[in-house]
Amino acid sequence: MDQSSKIEQSKILEIVRRVAAKPVDPAPDESLFESGMLDSFSLTDLVSALEAEFSIRVPDADLTPRKFESIVRIQAYLESRV
Amino acid sequence: MAYLRAFGCYLPARVVTNAELAPMVDVDEAWLLQMTGIAERRFAAPHQTVAELGLLAAKECLERAGMAAQQIGFVLVASGSSERRFPGPASSIGAGLGIPGTPAIDVPMASAGSLAGIAMASQMAAVYGNVLVVGAEIMSRVVQVSPNSRDTAVLFGDGAGACVVSAESGFAEIVDSVLHTDGDYAESLQLDLDSPLFMDGRSIILHATRKIPRVIVEVLERNGCKAEQVAAFLLHQANLNLILRVAQSLGVPESKFYCNVQRYGNTSSASMLIAAAEWHREVGTIEAPIVLAAFGAGLNWGAVLAKPVSGHL
Repeated sequence: MDQSSKIEQSKILEIVRRVAAKPVDPAPDESLFESGMLDSFSLTDLVSALEAEFSIRVPDADLTPRKFESIVRIQAYLESRV
Repeated sequence: MAYLRAFGCYLPARVVTNAELAPMVDVDEAWLLQMTGIAERRFAAPHQTVAELGLLAAKECLERAGMAAQQIGFVLVASGSSERRFPGPASSIGAGLGIPGTPAIDVPMASAGSLAGIAMASQMAAVYGNVLVVGAEIMSRVVQVSPNSRDTAVLFGDGAGACVVSAESGFAEIVDSVLHTDGDYAESLQLDLDSPLFMDGRSIILHATRKIPRVIVEVLERNGCKAEQVAAFLLHQANLNLILRVAQSLGVPESKFYCNVQRYGNTSSASMLIAAAEWHREVGTIEAPIVLAAFGAGLNWGAVLAKPVSGHL
């Protein structure tokens, strides 16, 4: 993990596992969707869970699946917002 | 004031089950049902056109309204799958109804088109009297049925719906409507001139699950109405899971959301009107407000609030 990161990947992974409702273990840059860990509807749940966990509001302008494609991308997005 | 006078619909006779479709897109029949909530859909016959489907829905709607076509002052037709660039199906539907001279305008908006049509008709009724809103689609001709496009191929069906919005009378008074557009995501769902329909399912679901509940709350709140007071939610029938998500977001029972996507699939602009026609046939009269809502390509989305005649919100 990048020690300079404000958001820990382990925290994001914990949320992904909760949303997926199974003990998934994606590589940091692995697509959560192409791998089948999450589907279209769980993407909605993931965004809502991230909003609640990090006390942010994801605006419509940021509702692009690519921003939430992998642990690394989620981390980058959150760091731009927190 | 403007009123919902009547709804009508037409569904082609040919039923296409998951058992027939699943092998063509190389998926399991049970998976298909689980992921979409769709058990079967209708496909138009080869000789049928979008205008023909719309005309049949319009005629049924006029019959249920107890009106002659000559009483219609304006025709609005929503379709995203019409056979040619222009003219769209509106003028043919007007001709089929035998009302030459009556303006008939196309609204090529796809899924949210009939909702936008009703919202516009509610404003136009004061000038044109009775406005006929039609949504008609032959989606089976614009999707590619193959394993490479299974995510879209299994979702859609053909059909048409119609609604008369009247300045004089109806079973429900249209109280308010809200329409929104966000062109930043226009690429997420599109039908190019020479390509099959393209849909980025993840993007569409992500936006729809957030925007539909939000716009329903918007139209309710600005009219001092709560979701639990609503008798029925009549939504664009895109996906059963999506409709159930909207119910969950609003905190109202799923039973308040009329669903027929299981039987017809996603018929784009026609779906909300087909659902409304079947719902109204079942309930007859209403004693509490109803909400119509849709979301689709554009992105376009919106909601319409209507209340029982002489009723209170």
